[in-house]
Amino acid sequence: MTEIQIKVVAFGIARDIIGGRGVDLNLASGSTVAQAMNLLKDRYPAFEQLASLQLAINEEYVPSDREILAGDELVLIPPVSGG
Amino acid sequence: MIEITKDKIEVAKLIAAVSDEGAGATDVFVGTTRNKTSDKPVVKLDFEAYEPMAIKELQKIVNRAKSQWPILKYAISHRVGVVEIGEEAVVIAVSTPHRKAAFESCKFIIDELKKTVPIWKKEIFEDGDVWVAAHP
Repeated sequence: MTEIQIKVVAFGIARDIIGGRGVDLNLASGSTVAQAMNLLKDRYPAFEQLASLQLAINEEYVPSDREILAGDELVLIPPVSGG
Repeated sequence: MIEITKDKIEVAKLIAAVSDEGAGATDVFVGTTRNKTSDKPVVKLDFEAYEPMAIKELQKIVNRAKSQWPILKYAISHRVGVVEIGEEAVVIAVSTPHRKAAFESCKFIIDELKKTVPIWKKEIFEDGDVWVAAHP
């Protein structure tokens, strides 16, 4: 099975959890957002403790069944708290 | 006007920005940093934003507001970086022909901002810090 390497960028507490601004993730091609999230939660169990965790691609929230394509930049969005 | 800024927000500038001859009302929401969270003293706050997406999400909220109320002009400014106690963290100004729409649309914008806009707030205490709302 071919793999794609994806760049993951994190903000807020997600950045603290991964210990840096970004991390590379190897995914089987055809993987969905849900599968990428599961990989990240396996690698960083602290994500399970958050009130929520969403992913954005191209500056838009994406649904969990969205297929991840080579070249996508995933952005981890932990619970927002602006205002 | 929508902006994310490191600089102090000047409320008067936002009010001026929504000035309109058709306006019968201007409503302004000013969110300021509070000196405590459930009785624990807060020293300052540190805001972080995923800026391009934050601007996009704010624009979506404004578009939804415009479809519900006759908004003449709007101005939104949100701070990033360290915000000292008592300073404005967010200011929203809306002008409409009549006051009801101004009140309602301004409330809608701040309520929705808190739900979807990728901005994060860290409360800094004497003895540590915590990302607000991160944990259930």
